[in-house]
Amino acid sequence: MIVAFDLPVPTTTWYLLLSAVLFAIGTVGVMVRRNPLVLFMCIELMLNAVNLTFVALAKKLGDIGGQSTVFFVMVVAAAEVVVGLGIVVAILRRKPNATTDDMAELKG
Amino acid sequence: MLDLVWLIPALPLAGFLFILLFGRKLGDPKAGYFATAMVGASFLVTVGVFLDLLSRGHDERSHVFTLFSWVPLGNGFSVDLAFLADPLSLTMCLFVTGIGSLIHLYAVGYMHGDPRFSKFFLYLNLFAFSMLMLVLGSNMLVTFLGWEGVGTCSYLLISFWHERDSAATAGKKAFITNRVGDWGFMMAMFFAFWAVGSLDYSVINGAAGGIAQSTATAIALFCFVGAAGKSAQLPLYLWLPDAMEGPTPVSALIHAATMVTAGVYLMVRINPVLAVSASYAGWIIAGIGAATALYAATVAVAQNDIKKVLAYSTVSQLGYMFLAVGSGAYIAAIFHMVTHAFFKALLFLGSGSVIHGMHHEQDMRRMGALRKLMPVTAITFIVGWLAIAGVPPFAGFWSKDEILLYAYDKSPVLYVVGLATALLTAYYMTRQVIMVFFGEARWHDAHEEHGAHGDFTPHESPKTMLAPLVVLAGLSIVGGVIQLPGWFWVPKGLQHKLEDWLEAVVPGEAHLSASAKDLSGILAFVAIAIALAGIAAAIAVYAKHRAKPIEPQILADAWGYDRLVSNFMGGPGRKAFEGVAWADANVVDGAVNGTGELVRAVAGKARLLQSGNVRTYAAAVGAGVVLLLVWFVVVRGIL
Amino acid sequence: MELFVFLVAGAMVLGGGVGVVVRSHPVHAALSLILTLFGVAVLFVAQEAHFLAAVQVIVYAGAIVVLFLFVIMLLGVDNTENLRIEPLKIQRPVAAVIGAGLVALLGMAIIASRDAKPPVVIPSEAVRDAALDPHNSNIKALARDVFGQHVLAFELTSVLLVIAVVATVMLARKPKPGEIGPLVGEGGAS
Repeated sequence: MIVAFDLPVPTTTWYLLLSAVLFAIGTVGVMVRRNPLVLFMCIELMLNAVNLTFVALAKKLGDIGGQSTVFFVMVVAAAEVVVGLGIVVAILRRKPNATTDDMAELKG
Repeated sequence: MLDLVWLIPALPLAGFLFILLFGRKLGDPKAGYFATAMVGASFLVTVGVFLDLLSRGHDERSHVFTLFSWVPLGNGFSVDLAFLADPLSLTMCLFVTGIGSLIHLYAVGYMHGDPRFSKFFLYLNLFAFSMLMLVLGSNMLVTFLGWEGVGTCSYLLISFWHERDSAATAGKKAFITNRVGDWGFMMAMFFAFWAVGSLDYSVINGAAGGIAQSTATAIALFCFVGAAGKSAQLPLYLWLPDAMEGPTPVSALIHAATMVTAGVYLMVRINPVLAVSASYAGWIIAGIGAATALYAATVAVAQNDIKKVLAYSTVSQLGYMFLAVGSGAYIAAIFHMVTHAFFKALLFLGSGSVIHGMHHEQDMRRMGALRKLMPVTAITFIVGWLAIAGVPPFAGFWSKDEILLYAYDKSPVLYVVGLATALLTAYYMTRQVIMVFFGEARWHDAHEEHGAHGDFTPHESPKTMLAPLVVLAGLSIVGGVIQLPGWFWVPKGLQHKLEDWLEAVVPGEAHLSASAKDLSGILAFVAIAIALAGIAAAIAVYAKHRAKPIEPQILADAWGYDRLVSNFMGGPGRKAFEGVAWADANVVDGAVNGTGELVRAVAGKARLLQSGNVRTYAAAVGAGVVLLLVWFVVVRGIL
Repeated sequence: MELFVFLVAGAMVLGGGVGVVVRSHPVHAALSLILTLFGVAVLFVAQEAHFLAAVQVIVYAGAIVVLFLFVIMLLGVDNTENLRIEPLKIQRPVAAVIGAGLVALLGMAIIASRDAKPPVVIPSEAVRDAALDPHNSNIKALARDVFGQHVLAFELTSVLLVIAVVATVMLARKPKPGEIGPLVGEGGAS
């Protein structure tokens, strides 16, 4: 079969739009979900959206600096997840079924 | 000697401070003698300065001594603490310190045994200081300092025996009524500064010719309001009779000889301004003065308290002085002020001696036939009586006659009012003398009621109290010599000495018309006749009992004026005050408190944002981001 | 061809994202996350970021999500959240508005700048040389950039990692008897 028409090539704009939508999904998730672990996962979604943006623009602008930025974002995200999960573990150990709404006061 | 003028007020001030620190230790009577010595020393300095000024020529008699710059505000309003030594202020200082020291001496005996003896002299010295500052001030602000000071001391001294409710109330009444007058003084100061740019008397009086007539009238009339408060004229006189609650030396010093003359002094001091003001200002002053004189004289006829008679008499005589001021006879006003100081202080001290001897009995109906038991008091009191009644050659005749002469020149109506007052004055003073010193002894029955003393006899007072009486009596006899009129039989060198002395200070002095000058002899005879008639009438009623005494209740109640004021203040006045107080509590405080309440309410609502809930915070952050993007798109025009 | 790759990967990404937000069981959410991460890795490859794609899979999907799963399992899998109830009534509408707003605004910005002239970037010499290498141009260029221009940031991130590990150990261990734990009210007695 001969493809008679020109298929559109995904441009940088498409990638940017995709990451914008992913970012919005992550934001909504952060606001809606009450389980702290799922909240973290939504934050990871947002970080990934940003990474995608950087990489797309690195390709478009021909600047490798965008990719090295993604590199560092990943490192910091890993560190952040480690510490965050440590805190979550510490909290959930004392209150097994706690949600983010329960952690509204500074004391315990 | 002239540059020692600052010592005149400084000595009583030093006395005040010394007694403040050591009075308790000095005690009775040393504190009293010390205070007397201070005022006496001040008197000696005054005499020295007076002689110095006297030796200079007419044009060199006004000197200003600046101590320091008091209010250095610049912009034209720069007030120094400075003293003005000129004939007028020296005259005032002479009799203030002179009579002041006599009264201090008297008070040592009178207040003997009082538990707060040294405090009394503390206040007396403070009063002397304030009065001297008032009189020596070279600008209106220093005078005002003294003005307020004497008002304060008056309050302190009237309510000296403050355990008595009536005394405390009288003190408050005096202070508050004076305050109304003070408002007038302050308004005058504002107008003066606005018109001339300075509060200095030399500047104000020098520029008086250039002040617009309406402004000058305003200054003069506001000063008169202040004077009416301080010198107890209608309608602000009502504190003076109540002020008799204070000890008798206070009544003598403050309410006869010195403080009440401050108003007259002020008016004479600004006489150039008064001279350029509208003519109705002079009429108002003279009219109120005459009306007050007559009014008070009618009330004095029916009083039974020995001091109240003298209080109303003071109000009446002050009315004479203002009658003189309004008629342009400033020198006559000062003359009467000086002679009045002599004989009124004498009368008050004499009454104090009587009260002291009667063991603090003040009702004249319970006295009588005291002349044998208190001979010195009786004789000096009689001298005072003759002086005030206007019998020549005693001092009162000369000064009253001069006022009546100028009053006649201004308006026959004023003259008749003044004459009627003179008649009544002679009448009620004679009544007082008869009731106290002559007639039958009525003090036996009184003390049967009191019981405690049993059989008591009034006695003469100690020498410290009698000595001032004698000195004042002497002055009341010869005091007229300072301003003898131009009659043919008076040696030329003795005529008009006061006028000579004060001439430079009173450029606004009115000049007698020729017709008045011709009538002066006749008018003098009329005055003497009236005085003798008054005396005769009183003798007929009270001594010989030829007619019934006319003492209607309405006169004793001072024509119901006091009640009128209390009713007004209690009724509509109170409503007004309560309205203002309500406005202050609700409107002013309400605005302030309301602001606080508003902040609390807003903060209360804002507090709800801090819920602690992470998801609400996330929502807030998200909302912020969206808003930021909206701003970028709309305002910066990404589109 | 590229279109096809983009569409599939995009579907994975969005599907996984929606799954994370929607699934009530946390393990299901974690698995949706893995789907998203794989989709993103594919897109990295399409954008010629080969090294990053590999790192994405190894680190993100292989370490971070595994960590998530460890914690979920450790604390009990019964942690299903009841998505029907929402204690804060306005939260969902607000979230919907914010999400839609973000998409709309970002979308507008992206589309509006489609034809914008990009800034000219001059890569450093090392990077330019590395880009000439036919086989490993991407990783070489990336390495030359990270260890060249951003070496300080690199060192700092290594320190950051150490700090993170130490902090987590401190936070998460059970306090010994008699010791006060890092959280308020923890410890004191055994």
